[in-house]
Amino acid sequence: MLSRIAESLFWIGRYVERADDTARILDVHTQRLVEDPWIDEQRACANLLALMGAPCEPAEADTERVLATLAFDRTSPSSITGALSAARENARGAREVLSAEIWESLNVTHNALPQQRTMARRYGPHSLFRFVRERSAMVFGLADATMSRDESWLFLILGRSLERVDMTSRMLSTRVLAGDAAPSWTLVLRSTGAYEPYLRTYRGAVNSSRAAEFLLLDRLFPRSVFAALEQAEGCLAELERANVREGHRIGVAGEAHRIVGRARTMLEFMQTDEILAGLPTRLDELQRTCSAASEAVTNRFFTEQAPQIWVPEGAV
Amino acid sequence: MADLFDGYSLGQQWDEMFSAPGQPRSPYTGLFSSLQPMSGEELAARADVLSQTYRDAGVTFAHAGEEQPFPLDIVPRVIGHEEWAVIERGVAQRVRALEAFLADVYGAGEVFADRVVPRSVVTTSAHFHRAAHGLVPPNGVRVHVSGIDLVRDEAGDFRVLEDNLRSPSGVSYVITNRAAMSSVLPELFGDHRVQPVAEYPGRLLAALKASAPTGVVDPTVVLLTPGVYNSAYFEHALLARQMGVELVEGRDLVCSGGQVSMRTTDGQQRVDVIYRRIDDEFLDPVHFRSDSVIGCAGVVNAARAGRVTIANAVGNGVADDKLLYTWVPDLIRYHLGEEPILKNADTYRLDEPDTVEWVLASLDQLVLKPVDGSGGKGIVIGPRADQRTLEELAVKVRASPRDWIAQKPIGLSTSPTLINGRIAPRHVDLRPFAVNDGTDVWVLPGGLTRVALPEGELVVNSSQGGGSKDTWVISPPRPSLEPVPEHDVTRIEFTTADLPAEPPAQDPGPPNDNALAQSQQQQQAGPLQGPAASRRVAGGRGSSQC
Repeated sequence: MLSRIAESLFWIGRYVERADDTARILDVHTQRLVEDPWIDEQRACANLLALMGAPCEPAEADTERVLATLAFDRTSPSSITGALSAARENARGAREVLSAEIWESLNVTHNALPQQRTMARRYGPHSLFRFVRERSAMVFGLADATMSRDESWLFLILGRSLERVDMTSRMLSTRVLAGDAAPSWTLVLRSTGAYEPYLRTYRGAVNSSRAAEFLLLDRLFPRSVFAALEQAEGCLAELERANVREGHRIGVAGEAHRIVGRARTMLEFMQTDEILAGLPTRLDELQRTCSAASEAVTNRFFTEQAPQIWVPEGAV
Repeated sequence: MADLFDGYSLGQQWDEMFSAPGQPRSPYTGLFSSLQPMSGEELAARADVLSQTYRDAGVTFAHAGEEQPFPLDIVPRVIGHEEWAVIERGVAQRVRALEAFLADVYGAGEVFADRVVPRSVVTTSAHFHRAAHGLVPPNGVRVHVSGIDLVRDEAGDFRVLEDNLRSPSGVSYVITNRAAMSSVLPELFGDHRVQPVAEYPGRLLAALKASAPTGVVDPTVVLLTPGVYNSAYFEHALLARQMGVELVEGRDLVCSGGQVSMRTTDGQQRVDVIYRRIDDEFLDPVHFRSDSVIGCAGVVNAARAGRVTIANAVGNGVADDKLLYTWVPDLIRYHLGEEPILKNADTYRLDEPDTVEWVLASLDQLVLKPVDGSGGKGIVIGPRADQRTLEELAVKVRASPRDWIAQKPIGLSTSPTLINGRIAPRHVDLRPFAVNDGTDVWVLPGGLTRVALPEGELVVNSSQGGGSKDTWVISPPRPSLEPVPEHDVTRIEFTTADLPAEPPAQDPGPPNDNALAQSQQQQQAGPLQGPAASRRVAGGRGSSQC
């Protein structure tokens, strides 16, 4: 398939997942501000902003600022609105590959954003978060139901998995790094949608090391870091299968595959205690793994020269 | 009772639906009786649903840099099958003549030697490209896709207003209009046999494949678009998707060693046919504008080397030039030896000083069109222009008469259109699309009806605030022998009388094997279900003990 289209699909996967995860994080964050009487709003907001890569002066941090930056900023692809618009822009350039239903779903989502903003301003942001979660579920659900499992699907899912690794590790970081302004583990679990699966798995009260273990290492829960890495690895292996057939016998065929595989094996074969002891470093590493992997994917599959400029003879 | 068509005024022009107030023409009788009982509110509500489906699906047209939904009017335009047969033959005839003319212009040039068309008309055209001279397409087709703009005059005859042989757009709206209308107003379709339009992408793909370089067994076709900011991007994406071909931009293509390839995740892949929707000037920086970054350098040389086909061919613009238009009837007689089936609009060339003087004196009664303009740009409609526009126009025309043609204004026919909850007459034109696959010119039944939404407006172009209508060509009644073969087939399939009383004795194998396999499967499935179920129960118990 065309490199340009592959790149669009990869980024659609990333942006939609990002919008979804950001909506989940913000939903939990705003609920916490309401429900927790002892919370230090300023610090919690400053922490969240720093973690999502949009740090600001601690004195200026408040919920208003958080929502403006992470939910409503139309220009930044790190905000919900921005990510959904970016996904739709990418889809517009890849319309002949996406199924018509996926395109329509992204387009409808994009068109409804102004109205959702107004509603969120008037009735609180919860409805927006719900809307975003539902729409991203719809996009991936339609992809699941209507896309062939060819390269286009692999790139979409690769993007989604890498973004998911990144976002889940960020959510873990909110808890690990923030000290006493940190959300409880229950909230972290809830924001990843992992609360109920966690309860069913461990049959009991939320315990910090178990919760971290669950979000990081669980093989079966699809939003855990491990599961997402494994999925990304699977996509990469499938994408590079041709190279393997052509006699590539040592190691893996691509740089991205190596990066992702190494992160996955680190989680898989390191002792759980050891991982948990150095959790902040591990999480930081994971986030860097994601950007390195994304870069490697770009270099391997999407590189595209700048348009050629033709200088006729004698024009110089 | 107030009815939908109350107050519908008929003017001097031909009306598509009514021959007299309350008297629908025969193709419209079914539509009229279905629409008449509806109230304006109901129709308006349906129209809202219609425009919502277009917004959701992103059926848009970029106008002045803004992506806008393309307005679709809810009242379809109907063309009877006899009328359509004339259009169909006329359009195909025109395309064949222009095809022959282009082959001559970029080849022997006999048409000039025989003094049918002055050579200067061609050589002074901005769309004549020496780079295309001697470039013979593999199956001889240069006009793979064309759109011939027609209008209906006061007498009800269709006349050709212009030919589009470069990259006519609008066919995607024909396809989406039909899909949207049939989902919003299904009951209207029930009473009519409307000829389908959905086969267009298939026909186009077949024609493109047929034009592939000789010796290519399974040609790779791509659609080259200028990109998402192009006004017709929606159409490019829709056609690429429905043909199942790659939609490429110039930067996706690379040309080396006379071969065009596209950059894919598996490296470079050969391209055989480029259906390009980029203007000649931007197609190849080697031959045309060297500052173009949306084209692909070297593609014209590759076409000349016979390694790739460019569709539509480079240099077609010379045959849809508005000045050349005035010669098309002569070209039909010269190349085909036939009389033109569709007439031109009455047009004057400004090549004689006397004509120029006469035109300048009667500017206020004529329509003046710039020869190189498209999309309704620069047209001056004399009877509606103010004094200043006319004075400015006179200066321009005097300065370079070659750049203008003059036409007698045609009172474009009107068609009932929903405006603010009421039905009102609005001017329409028709652009049928023709696909030439080298053996046959196929005309898409219907084509795009564009409607000028402002009252009295005559320019229907979508870049000038026009909308569109679904265009129905009614199928002729089938010949009466039609049901016999079909009926026979079903009778054989469902009648036990034709079966042999007993199965042939020597072939008992397959049914028995099959039955055996089935029973084995059932046996295997039985025991498997047991343990799996009990394991689940055990697992549940185990964890609750923890």
